[in-house]
Amino acid sequence: MKEIRYIGGIKEAIREEMERDSRVVLIGEDVGKPGGSFGASRGLIEQFGPDRVIDTPISEAGFMGMAAGAAACGMRPVVEIMFMDFMTVCMDGVVNQIAKMRYMFGSRFSMPIVIRTPCGGGLNAGPQHSQCLEAWFAHVPGLKVVMPSTPYDVKGIMKSAIRDDNPVIVVENKALHALKGSIPEEEYVIPLGRADIKRTGSDVTVVATSRMVHESLKAAEILSAENIQVEIIDPVTISPWDKDRVFQSIAKTHRLVVAHEAVKQCGIGAEISAVVAEELMDELDAPIVRVGAPFVPVPFSLEQAYLPNAKDVVAGVRKVLEKTF
Amino acid sequence: MATFNRDQLVEFYTRMIRIRMVEEKLMEVFSNGEIPGFIHVCIGQEATPVAVCSHLDATDYMANTHRGHGHALAKGIRATDFMAELFGRKNGPCRGRSGSMHLADPDLGILGANGIVGGGIPIACGAALSAKYFKNNRVAVCFFGEGATGEGTFHESLNLAAVLNLPVVFICENNQWAEFTPQTVHMGIRDVAERAAAYGIPGVAIPNDFFRIHEEAGKSIATARTGGGPSLIEVQSLRWHGHFVGDAQKYRNPENIETAMSADCIADFLQRLYADNHITHEEAEGIRKQVQEEILSAVEYARNSPLPDPSELLEELWV
Ligand SMILES: Cc1ncc(C[n+]2csc(CCOP(=O)(O)OP(=O)(O)O)c2C)c(N)n1
Repeated sequence: MKEIRYIGGIKEAIREEMERDSRVVLIGEDVGKPGGSFGASRGLIEQFGPDRVIDTPISEAGFMGMAAGAAACGMRPVVEIMFMDFMTVCMDGVVNQIAKMRYMFGSRFSMPIVIRTPCGGGLNAGPQHSQCLEAWFAHVPGLKVVMPSTPYDVKGIMKSAIRDDNPVIVVENKALHALKGSIPEEEYVIPLGRADIKRTGSDVTVVATSRMVHESLKAAEILSAENIQVEIIDPVTISPWDKDRVFQSIAKTHRLVVAHEAVKQCGIGAEISAVVAEELMDELDAPIVRVGAPFVPVPFSLEQAYLPNAKDVVAGVRKVLEKTF
Repeated sequence: MATFNRDQLVEFYTRMIRIRMVEEKLMEVFSNGEIPGFIHVCIGQEATPVAVCSHLDATDYMANTHRGHGHALAKGIRATDFMAELFGRKNGPCRGRSGSMHLADPDLGILGANGIVGGGIPIACGAALSAKYFKNNRVAVCFFGEGATGEGTFHESLNLAAVLNLPVVFICENNQWAEFTPQTVHMGIRDVAERAAAYGIPGVAIPNDFFRIHEEAGKSIATARTGGGPSLIEVQSLRWHGHFVGDAQKYRNPENIETAMSADCIADFLQRLYADNHITHEEAEGIRKQVQEEILSAVEYARNSPLPDPSELLEELWV
């Protein structure tokens, strides 16, 4: 095992996959010499050269569409979108082209593209640099969406994403970039679509994504002092998400809290809650509780008040324990 | 013209008249209700795809637009495959999932017509990037209208192609109408080709004349193929028909329509062939008849082809 930061996990994954497969190229702004805004590609241009680490003009719509064409013609682009908020300017490429090209052309093309992009608050970067927009993409048929929460997960799933023949959006969280964790020295991959049990418990299931996994772990510590045992399931992949594992946990705890950093309204939590309500109602002992951000843009100075945290998860767990059908 | 032999000229004519007659047939079957959705015909603009694609191999790439029947036919799609897809049949190259506005065929380098104005332009850049990366000597061409040049993707793509020195040729088919809006309303310049200068790439505006288009496309494609980078060709014409089949064109002055129809790139081409005794009227008529039969049998083929089964609905979203 070795210690690595989350951002290092991303870089190792990209480097190893570029070494493994010459069709893998990196495309984005500042990905060359500067190594990307958060350093995820530092050193890669020196190793692989400018044909494989393609520094582009500031033109997300242009290079996202370019990645679509490149993938359709045999390359395996990894596209960096500097902040998830900027996905808005290349939505056509992502939603109308990349997501649809396999299905609408009768499976004649394969579209092996990875889009990696940091979401989330924590840097006081304000309403246009802090959003969590994953639900938008999970809503589009054809895109896979992952939200790894640890250095171990991000490295393993990024490698799978690059090897996958479908478009995958890897949503990082900026607040996790510096997080340290241990990973094996040897190569490993984490399959897409499989949830991970981050903590076992018998009283309440908390399905938490990305940064909220860590807040939920803190919450679980607090609650365990009161003898409340929380089980934390990290879906890792949010589209398609691992229904079986979530259902198994609920079958054990009979209570569900879903926690994410994105605004609660129409979030991933809404989808998970709705599926559980539709298909597993009989197992529930109490109404489902969602934890998420309030329905406002991410404010610059009130960021701490805005961001959901461990306290909110604790409150959510208490609420779901309070009521019984 | 001296550089072409008779067989080549006859072939060019055949390809242009095939597009014209396919479009005429489609207008008929669409109006009969045999094809659902929208149909955008390219009548009056046939010279461009034929002239451009005559420089391409099947392995070269092409991205195009909603007005894309001519491009696909010029790139070599078989009339039967084409009709089957437009009729939404299972044996179309996209299994009936694309229809007119999204027709693609990777075997012919056809990366897809696009329902999004400007959507295909960066995709062509990506195909060109792959050609450069794999050093396979291919080029990409991209067809789009003058309306698309208002989109960010057009500008971003020209800039990307220029800075990455991509083997791509941008072909603007300027028919002076973007849906219901004339060029004068949405563009401060007359020649789209001027826009190329802003990105440091060559741009030319030429009339809707087969020989001129052939010549310019030949130069641009050869330049791209030999590492000389991208360029832009604008072909200026005037849209004959409505934006889509069934468009009553209430927004358009009848004189504008008359003017459009009085300029015919195919008739002009044929006149030159007659004048130089490359072809007789009987031969030209013979070609028309042959093409007519080919189209009728393609339509019959499509009509008799099976529709996709609803059980296929969920198939192959992902690999
Ligand atoms: C992004 C986008 N905006 C608007 C439309 C609606 N639309 C379809 S075709 C068209 C006009 C396009 O004009 P032009 O690019 O000149 O092509 P032409 O139809 O003349 O061939 C418009 C506005 C669309 N399909 N996509």
